[in-house]
Amino acid sequence: MLFRLVLLSVVLSGSANADDINFNRDIRPILADRCFQCHGPVEKNREGNLRLDRPDGEDGALRTYDGSTALKPRDLKASEIWNRITTIDEDKQMPPADSGKQPLSVKEQAIFKQWILQGAEYERFWAFVSPQRMMRPVVKNAAWRKCLIDPHVMAQLEKQGLQPKPEADKRTLIRRVTFDLTGLPPSLAEIEAFLKDDSPDAYAKLVDRLLEQKAYGEHMARYWADLVRLADTNGMHKDFYRNFSTYRSWLIRAFNDNLEFDDFIKYQLAGDLYAKPSEDQLVASGFNRLHLIIDRGTALPEESHHKNVLDRVEAFGTAFLGLTVQCAQCHEHKYDPISQKEFYQLYSFFNNFDGAPETSGGPKGGIQAPAVTLSKIAAGRTAMVMKERATPKPTYILIRGSYEHPGEKVERDTPAFLPPLKKKDGAYTRMDLAEWLVDPLHPLTARVAVNRFWQQFFGVGIVKTSEDFGIRGEWPSHPRLLDELALEFVDSGWDVKTLVRTIVLSKTYRQSSDAKSQEYVSDPENRLLARGSRYRMDAEMIRDQILFLSGKLNRTMYGESVKPPQPPGLWKAVSMAAPFTYVAGKGDAIYRRSFYTYWRRAMPPPQMTILNAPSREFCTPRRERTNTPLQALLMMNEQEYFKAAKACAALTMKEADNDVGKRMSLLYEKVTSHRPDAQRKQLLQKTLAEFRGLYAEDQKLTEALTPELADSDFKQRVELAAWTMMTHSLLNLELAKVKR
Amino acid sequence: MTDFIKSFQQFCDLQNRRQFITQAGIGLGAAAISSLAQSASATASATTPAGHHHPPKAKRVIFLFMAGAPSQLDLFDYKPGLEKLHGQPLPKEISKGQRVTAMTRGKKQVICASAFKFSKQGQSGLDMCELLPHLSTVADDLCLIKSTHTDAINHDPAKTFFCTGAETPGRPSMGAWLSYGLGSMNKDLPEFIVLTSAFWSGKVNVQALYSRLWGTGFLPSKHQGIAFQSVGDPVLFLSNPAGVGRKARSKMLELVARINRKQQQLTGDPEIQTSIAQQEMAFRMQTSVPELTDLRNESKSTLEMYGPEVQKVGSFARNCLLARRMAESDVRFIQLFHRGWDHHSNLPTHMRGQARDVDQPIAGLLKDLKQRGLLDDTLVVFAGEFGRTAFAQGNPKPNNYGRDHHPRCFTTWMAGGGIKGGISYGETDDFCYNVAKDPVHIRDFHATMLHLLGIDHKRLTFSHQGLDQRLTGVEPSRVVKEILS
Repeated sequence: MLFRLVLLSVVLSGSANADDINFNRDIRPILADRCFQCHGPVEKNREGNLRLDRPDGEDGALRTYDGSTALKPRDLKASEIWNRITTIDEDKQMPPADSGKQPLSVKEQAIFKQWILQGAEYERFWAFVSPQRMMRPVVKNAAWRKCLIDPHVMAQLEKQGLQPKPEADKRTLIRRVTFDLTGLPPSLAEIEAFLKDDSPDAYAKLVDRLLEQKAYGEHMARYWADLVRLADTNGMHKDFYRNFSTYRSWLIRAFNDNLEFDDFIKYQLAGDLYAKPSEDQLVASGFNRLHLIIDRGTALPEESHHKNVLDRVEAFGTAFLGLTVQCAQCHEHKYDPISQKEFYQLYSFFNNFDGAPETSGGPKGGIQAPAVTLSKIAAGRTAMVMKERATPKPTYILIRGSYEHPGEKVERDTPAFLPPLKKKDGAYTRMDLAEWLVDPLHPLTARVAVNRFWQQFFGVGIVKTSEDFGIRGEWPSHPRLLDELALEFVDSGWDVKTLVRTIVLSKTYRQSSDAKSQEYVSDPENRLLARGSRYRMDAEMIRDQILFLSGKLNRTMYGESVKPPQPPGLWKAVSMAAPFTYVAGKGDAIYRRSFYTYWRRAMPPPQMTILNAPSREFCTPRRERTNTPLQALLMMNEQEYFKAAKACAALTMKEADNDVGKRMSLLYEKVTSHRPDAQRKQLLQKTLAEFRGLYAEDQKLTEALTPELADSDFKQRVELAAWTMMTHSLLNLELAKVKR
Repeated sequence: MTDFIKSFQQFCDLQNRRQFITQAGIGLGAAAISSLAQSASATASATTPAGHHHPPKAKRVIFLFMAGAPSQLDLFDYKPGLEKLHGQPLPKEISKGQRVTAMTRGKKQVICASAFKFSKQGQSGLDMCELLPHLSTVADDLCLIKSTHTDAINHDPAKTFFCTGAETPGRPSMGAWLSYGLGSMNKDLPEFIVLTSAFWSGKVNVQALYSRLWGTGFLPSKHQGIAFQSVGDPVLFLSNPAGVGRKARSKMLELVARINRKQQQLTGDPEIQTSIAQQEMAFRMQTSVPELTDLRNESKSTLEMYGPEVQKVGSFARNCLLARRMAESDVRFIQLFHRGWDHHSNLPTHMRGQARDVDQPIAGLLKDLKQRGLLDDTLVVFAGEFGRTAFAQGNPKPNNYGRDHHPRCFTTWMAGGGIKGGISYGETDDFCYNVAKDPVHIRDFHATMLHLLGIDHKRLTFSHQGLDQRLTGVEPSRVVKEILS
């Protein structure tokens, strides 16, 4: 096991091969973690006239100061860094004992040693340099040479002496890809058709069919909703209703119509600034309105304005640049080369909103001006949009980030470490900023986007920290793969469906996730991709599946949010203004897909948050995935989920005749997409008999479980109770909850 | 259920092994170690929790959060000098043009003395307000911090700041940090529980209580505070659906565990083991939580200590009693929220009611903890999100005035584990407008709390967005050593 561990650490954190030290991968992370706080870009904190983030300049790493040279290439003893990181003298040791930073480990010291001996070369940070076309790695396994993805993955496996897993069986595969592309399980008919199709391109045809389903757009849009914190309320103070349903509908259509991703970005960032904006472009510009907003009365409007702008800049930075630009609002960014001035130059693009910075007490229909009334798409609907003031509001550096203390005036511009904006006369606009983002040479935009799509299919991004592509972000597991995917994406005309198709058609994606326990231990997040990825599905997928199986899932699309039943009292406990109570929807409105569930930022639906859905108060590029007792309780006891299990049981009893064996197989297959083997079937039937016995003996319990059968005879009620418990059990299996 | 116990045992073993590997792995790449550590549970992070940095004085915290911000002038910070100045304008050299809220901006600032009497209480002779007769009997246990101050002037950011160390959402709450840093002390209950009052006396506008106040921010969500409900199940989804008894539940879990275990053998994923353990924990919570909230075994004399409201579900008094029960069961962080303190007008009336809501229950809680020997290692904290202005909002009348938000000074208090009782720390100026001596910022408050729990606030960190994040943030902060026993 330790052997594996070392291998993995070589790939992901640092190399021990003499000829293989890579500054960006091996050295910079250590410098950033242990040294930059006092010897980094921030001048104020700098000690000893030394910065280690660059080699040159009078305080650069190669400088000699007070007779000592920090870094002397190929000369360990003359390099003060080496002396300081290896000394046992507490007064000299770096990082200092009282800094709270770990001293360098023996292995880290060894990496430094090699680097210095090799010539101590600095490199520009990888993510800030445009990706370059490179030769694809040549791999021995010919089957893994065909697509863009596989050679990169295989090359690393071969280097480690590892073998990939065989392709997953067809049932597993259709279940995996259907969930991944639509957020829903395959129907039995779909499974049947796929099993019957022996043609070599059966799987490719399946993928194409799935990409054309309306559910695809709903599913893809849901990830975007987390990223841009799409919700139904203000998120502050009285938390009034705020209506973004039209924006949501646009998102779904954008993915289904396969809107080019560069336009997807431009519409959202600057849709209002097209010469004659289309309704879609205007609706999409509502992206700039998704921030938290306070209602009038207690805060000061100028403070609220400032907070809104900050929130917009943060969203821009997180969603499109994959950077933590907001860290530069009070001072220079501690790690990335973003000065405070540059932060406010970005801020300036978002500082010119022509509308009130606070809402009135619950504006009509949840819509606050500026808004547009739509004709074409959905007659009569209104949508909040972005709008510029006629005269631009001047922007100042805010000293220590305080809106009350403006400093130097700044003009709109982008940070200097990224490519410059195209020269033009007059002030730059948000549209210029959008154009800048989608320039094919921009080093971040395509990489960040591609990485997030990747994360959607494998559970972890090629860059794990999909929220941070900066200096403190993690080194990519497959850097050249990321770059090739990004370049391809741009070349394809930012074609999302093509990218998605490439991913799910790869052999990498199609591997079986069955592996030895040992392999899970040595690479728990599957960074090497030596198997198919396996992880618990998102809350929405779990709920939608349950509704799907119950036969009740309401596939109506678009429109305002809906309110499925919630445990009592949740809203009342947090509310300070009407509505105090949550009034659940009626009829089949409560069976809509979870993406349409009303999202109150003060109290998001617990069925979602307990399973790691974010509160949508801030941009969330990736959800964490935990495994808690509250999740177990949710799955065991949520009333609607249990009712759905009963509906599914009743449906199955009707569909299959009285043969217990057939019925059991059918039920099991519905829930898991697989058929039970003989042994498992026996266990299930034995347990069913036990459930039956248990309910037959307890009339009260049986009646409590089956009120809808009040007029039926007791035996029938026992039967439904037993099958309900069986369905409920199956829905609680890993097989039902985990994508595998 | 023996299978379950066995599998839970295996889970524990796995956890221990993980610890071993983490310790033995020093010298290997940090990424590898953390990934390995994750194998046993999906919740592990890239940063290892700190554990205790020094011996703790307190094992657990009961945090009484007075949402809406009670007036320090009318409860704790006695300013006899203001009586003479009542009705006069607040001197400009005191207010220094400092910002106020939208509600009083540009208005006259007329000094307003408190309508309530204060007297010296206990051996320590602390000045206590007549509205707090019961709390006055335990004055010698209290450490009043009169120089508390904060940054935010509006409720929402100020509450978020007190509870998470930052004004904007996204940071972990105090309890989440503790859960992350110290882990759990019990096997059957969450380590961080939140109790909110379902009603209160102050008939005022109350603010929403966002779940971010007990959220995990960027910490793994298992550290999330669990808000107990006053209606329905105390823990969401705790009760079996109608028609599912304990026997049926147990049978169902047995089946699920058997298939899951089989599945693990076939597919190798150790995460399945965790799921089995969590289902087992859920099953135990179905018993342990109702036991916790069942007050039938509390003696009459105990119930009486908390006052008559203790009989009402959802009352602050009942929550105080529940808090004691949770402390007994070694829940690490218990946070109560009581609203109704936002007294912009009619302060004397509202204040009387609010003080009545909390006075006897808190005194009862302190006495009850003490008689059970729990006060020695339980830290009890009382705080609102900020204070209130010395000037009135509108024209003050003798028994009818209001006060606006005031972040520059307010009174909080601590009692119990590791705290010097019967003292008053820090001073405000004669107008109760600015801190005059020994300021205690919220960050200092946080640092002190963590210190009492055996944690160095600088070393309890979690790597996020490239920074070693901590509760006390990057601005300077200090442990207020002067109030430690």
